[in-house]
Amino acid sequence: MSAIAVEPSNRGIAGALPRAAARALLLVVGLAVLWGVWEGYRWLGIREHWTWPFKVNDTNMPHISKIWHAFGQPLQPDGPPLRHYLWHYAIFTGKEALAGFVLGAAIGFFLAVALSQSNMLRRGFLPYIVVSQTVPILAIAPMVVVGLGTKGVSPWVSVAVIAAYLTFFPVAINTLRGLLSPDPEALELMRSYAAGRWKILWRLRVPASLPYVFSALKISATASVIGAIIGETPASLQGGLGYAIVNFNQYYSIQPANLWATIIVCALLGIVFFLAVVALEHIVLKRAPENVA
Amino acid sequence: MSAVSIKGVSKQFEAGVTALQGIDLDVEPGEFVSLIGPSGCGKSTLLRIIGDLTKPTAGTVQVNGKPADRARRDHEYGIVFQDAVLYDWRTVSKNISLPLELLHWNRSRRNARIKDMLELVELTGFESHHPWQLSGGMQQRVSIARALSFSPSLLLMDEPFGALDEMTRERLNAELLRIWQETGSTVVFVTHSISEAVFLSTRVVVMSVRPGQIAGLVDVDLEQPRTNATRESPRFFELVTQVREQLAAAGARLGETQEPALVEDQV
Ligand SMILES: Nc1ncnc2c1ncn2[C@@H]1O[C@H](COP(=O)(O)OP(=O)(O)O)[C@@H](O)[C@H]1O
Ligand SMILES: [Mg+2]
Repeated sequence: MSAIAVEPSNRGIAGALPRAAARALLLVVGLAVLWGVWEGYRWLGIREHWTWPFKVNDTNMPHISKIWHAFGQPLQPDGPPLRHYLWHYAIFTGKEALAGFVLGAAIGFFLAVALSQSNMLRRGFLPYIVVSQTVPILAIAPMVVVGLGTKGVSPWVSVAVIAAYLTFFPVAINTLRGLLSPDPEALELMRSYAAGRWKILWRLRVPASLPYVFSALKISATASVIGAIIGETPASLQGGLGYAIVNFNQYYSIQPANLWATIIVCALLGIVFFLAVVALEHIVLKRAPENVA
Repeated sequence: MSAVSIKGVSKQFEAGVTALQGIDLDVEPGEFVSLIGPSGCGKSTLLRIIGDLTKPTAGTVQVNGKPADRARRDHEYGIVFQDAVLYDWRTVSKNISLPLELLHWNRSRRNARIKDMLELVELTGFESHHPWQLSGGMQQRVSIARALSFSPSLLLMDEPFGALDEMTRERLNAELLRIWQETGSTVVFVTHSISEAVFLSTRVVVMSVRPGQIAGLVDVDLEQPRTNATRESPRFFELVTQVREQLAAAGARLGETQEPALVEDQV
């Protein structure tokens, strides 16, 4: 996760411009390398007839240019191009993921706050929270959708709940670690001021936990997108990226580029979520670079 | 009324360690008292008992005539640890302001006090720096400013300069004496440096180890204000020798050699 570490921000405006240019260059180089590896592997694989781990052919590894091209192709004759659909799917899934992310983060945070207040509570509840994540999401998803569905909850809410299920765990665990991170002396200082539980929580524990919270939010940001995509399938919810994946899967042998294009959009959505958290972290956290968890 | 009155204090930890036994000590208002002794003799424990950060197993402690827990809740003392214990997410100003916020001082009163405190510890101009941007000595000055910000009558210090280099330590020693005289507060100061104890104090309390007891008291009659010349005066050497001999005698009484952790610094 070293790429996530926040750089020292006290270099001033003078350094900012070259730094932005360097980053842009790095991104371009990175993409070019990715493209080279893909096309290189493809070329070698086809020439050498590789079958392991998968058979390399036009279906399994279409040209990058083909995938790029697919974005502009209409799905139905005279219909709008694929990118039009994918854009709307991404917005749809993005909303579910965002709702799930916010819900999960809030639940995770307050759960951690509650657990930080008592050893007993911690010993009693923590094992169940860990166990909750060993249950496969694929098994939970239909139960949530059907269970909530019979109570008249609309399917997209169920999907958000599934996304929240994946989000809350890293937030709860990391926040708890952060809340418990102040050294004994920092706590004694508060005690010397006769500060109560509540003040110690808000003036010491919560601020001390924020780097931990953000490192969890970065994990959760992408997890919530995955959760939303997975959740759409059992919900048979049309209009999102999960639906598009299931749909394009059926046409994979004829139009593999469509599925690949969808996968790229899914990845982009995850990256957007991730970067949003990074941006928020930059705004909220102003502290020693080495203290970023 | 004594600033600190300790009567028959003992402290046993669950592990069966007797950290302190039968401590009696009175500190008068305006005194600067140092606790010195080998490491593990219970200096920190005694200081924390005075601050009601831990309870004695036996005996009583009064601060300004109040039981220790009452005194803590009335903000009768400020404390400084060996590490500055500054909150990283707060600027210098905000760190100094922490106790004031907890005491519900309003903003303008806080700001005025922060300004005074920054002047007192000579950190004007650093108000919006974060702790990690400061040297160890500067961090410790912020910590002292924070401890004094709400004008407690008593200052408890646990080896506050122990982690600093010799030169910084001597500079801060002089600064602390000036602050002590300007504020007129009472100081209980833990150290394991003999010269530091003698230079700063009006009285040195020599402690022995296992169990932690008071082995002797040395009145320091060096005249105020103390300067670099004080460190070179014959009386200073006499007093340093006196403290060293008491420490050695305390060790000998227990049939032990002096712990290596006790620094015999160059004087
Ligand atoms: N929380 C604790 N639990 C058990 N033993 C402790 C605890 N704190 C201190 N002690 C023991 O009490 C003795 C005195 O410790 P301390 O007051 O820290 O000594 P000093 O500050 O003089 O070095 C030591 O033997 C130490 O191991
Ligand atoms: Mg100590």
